[in-house]
Amino acid sequence: MFEYEKYIRKNKFPLVWCSGCGDGIVLKALLRAIDSIGLEKENVCMVSGIGCSSRLTGYVDCNTLHTTHGRAITFATGIKMAKPELNVIVITGDGDATAIGGNHYIHAARRNIDLTVIIFNNFIYGMTGGQVSPTTPVGMLASTAPFGNMENTFNISGLAQAAGASFVARGTVYHTVMLEKLIKKAILKNGFSVVEVLSPCPTAFGRRNKSGTIIDMMNEQKDNCVTSARAERMSERELEGKTVIGELVNIDRPECSKQYRKLIERCRSGL
Amino acid sequence: MAGKSNVKIHIKTEWCKGCVICVEYCPTDVLAMRNGKAYVKDITKCTACELCEIRCPDFAITVLYDKSEK
Amino acid sequence: MNVIRVMTGNEACAEGALAAGLSFFAGYPITPSSEIAEELAELLPCAEGVFIQMEDELASIGAVIGASLTGAKAMTATSGPGFSLMQENIGYAIMAEVPCVIVNVMRGGPSTGLPTLPSQGDVMQARWGTHGDHQIIALAPYSVIEIFDLTIRAFNLAEKYRTPVILLLDEILAHVSEKVVLSDTAVRVIIDRIIPQEAPEAYLPYRYTQNLIPPMAPFGSGYRYHVTGLAHDETGFPTNDPVEIEKLLFRLQDKIIRNRDDIVQVEEFLLEDAEIGIISYGSSARSCRHAIRQLRAQGVRVGMLRLITIWPFANVKVEKWTKNIGKWYVVEMNMGQIAREVEAAAHGDATIFGIRQINGEPINPEFICQKIKDGLNV
Repeated sequence: MFEYEKYIRKNKFPLVWCSGCGDGIVLKALLRAIDSIGLEKENVCMVSGIGCSSRLTGYVDCNTLHTTHGRAITFATGIKMAKPELNVIVITGDGDATAIGGNHYIHAARRNIDLTVIIFNNFIYGMTGGQVSPTTPVGMLASTAPFGNMENTFNISGLAQAAGASFVARGTVYHTVMLEKLIKKAILKNGFSVVEVLSPCPTAFGRRNKSGTIIDMMNEQKDNCVTSARAERMSERELEGKTVIGELVNIDRPECSKQYRKLIERCRSGL
Repeated sequence: MAGKSNVKIHIKTEWCKGCVICVEYCPTDVLAMRNGKAYVKDITKCTACELCEIRCPDFAITVLYDKSEK
Repeated sequence: MNVIRVMTGNEACAEGALAAGLSFFAGYPITPSSEIAEELAELLPCAEGVFIQMEDELASIGAVIGASLTGAKAMTATSGPGFSLMQENIGYAIMAEVPCVIVNVMRGGPSTGLPTLPSQGDVMQARWGTHGDHQIIALAPYSVIEIFDLTIRAFNLAEKYRTPVILLLDEILAHVSEKVVLSDTAVRVIIDRIIPQEAPEAYLPYRYTQNLIPPMAPFGSGYRYHVTGLAHDETGFPTNDPVEIEKLLFRLQDKIIRNRDDIVQVEEFLLEDAEIGIISYGSSARSCRHAIRQLRAQGVRVGMLRLITIWPFANVKVEKWTKNIGKWYVVEMNMGQIAREVEAAAHGDATIFGIRQINGEPINPEFICQKIKDGLNV
């Protein structure tokens, strides 16, 4: 057993999420990752935006900030720059991070500020009733795409990589043990780190699209995902229709808050 | 597969939302559903793999056992 | 020791902020406010503070609120279009009670409007720009030295009342260079937010204290709590309980309204013997001073009630003076935004006229004199 109680605000339970929602699985992986690193709760700051996943911050016993739609990364940037000793973790969703907050997402990656961004990708706006999101697959139904989504989608991880993130990984709620390891690596990485978690929504996405139960949706993850290590040895044709999970990017680049501290040092020494 | 002798599974029914994830992914068929909640059907088969605990989205399952035996 | 300098309004704002203890600035370039950011980009790292240019104004205000939550004194500076973008999170800072200063160097609007020309068209946006019922503090200096002093005061009020404070400058004030005599640092009053004295376990982040302002623990100081823009109870967690919601919203209102006397400042200029009154603020009030001197030289007894605090509105003073003087001119570079407030406060006791100009030209003293003289013959 793992002592989750050490890290949760028990009086806020049960969780607000629907039956079968994977967001709780991600929360647990996150808490185990924090524990295995040995972070002190006082030094962890979790910042979320708006949406199902963003309700997570209310449940964790640390410094928690539930902000406005799309802006979690901006608040987190202020926190990290003002107090770099805090471990700042951003909790966000596909709509929050890549639609309304898309500009902040790419710019935080560009500046390579040491935030860990966990994006719960459920391919839909769950909390508001299933509207189409930037990751809703083409052809899939949403309340605002009643004839099927006809727009191209964002590749959340690819976006972070292209914008300059230090660490990018993709996990699923089925591959829970791997997810914990990816989150741990992301927190430990000094730089902008993204973990995109595929967390299917059985309610707003699943029912409308006849994707079956959460079990069917998780089985689909089990059958359809290949690890990045394995994907390297596969041809483009073999990878067609597959989802690559695991570590996707891990590079070292100068980190924004550290660079700024160096500037303060430079000013202090009069250089 | 033989189960562990000293393992206990605690299910917090007030937090369980009956999503069935624990039942479906238990490799040894320990858990089952009753009145929309998960319950321990046969603890003797449990290997303390903890998959039910880590996959329960609602923090409703705790697997207790003596680690020294593992 | 007093220091004599020549500086622009934007420089005075940057230096006033540093004097107040500014340690974090986030902003996005926009005319006519950019010099504030430029100045601080150079000065802040030397003062061990943080300057960051964000990707837009939405991000700037977000970063400012985040920094303030860690205990920093934080500010952003912008102009009309950027101020519009910041509105949602100004409401967040009101709701979550996060002290911060937002400088809006007003230019002509609406939309991109007149980037390099002055206006006072954002006065009502400062009051009601963010959605929902709320109170706001907004200050409007009228000289370079007053920009310096009121920037310090803006921080003091933000810290004291745990609320965003808006500093309304305009393009003229931002770019005019004036000789200033900076007060001795030893006599300046600097207010810091109250931090909790109780143990973390006993801390209620939104406790109903007697003065209605809950002590604020910086993130990372051992007090672990939740901050949200949703309606919340004393614990900081969201609530749908009508009793708690009403308690919160009234407290947020009352902590400002009950302290009107402390917050509201006006200047009463030659009003005692005046037959005609002027109400003005910001750079327009500068023109009014000249106009008043010219008119008095010609035997017309005019005085001015100058609004230094714009919001909360100086109802009490306006009520008092409109009872004493029957004829008033409200001079402002907009279509009468403050004139309507004056009318409401006067309760029909006085006749209120507007002297307005919205074409990007400052209202000059001659124009004011002419309007008032025209009125004498009516």
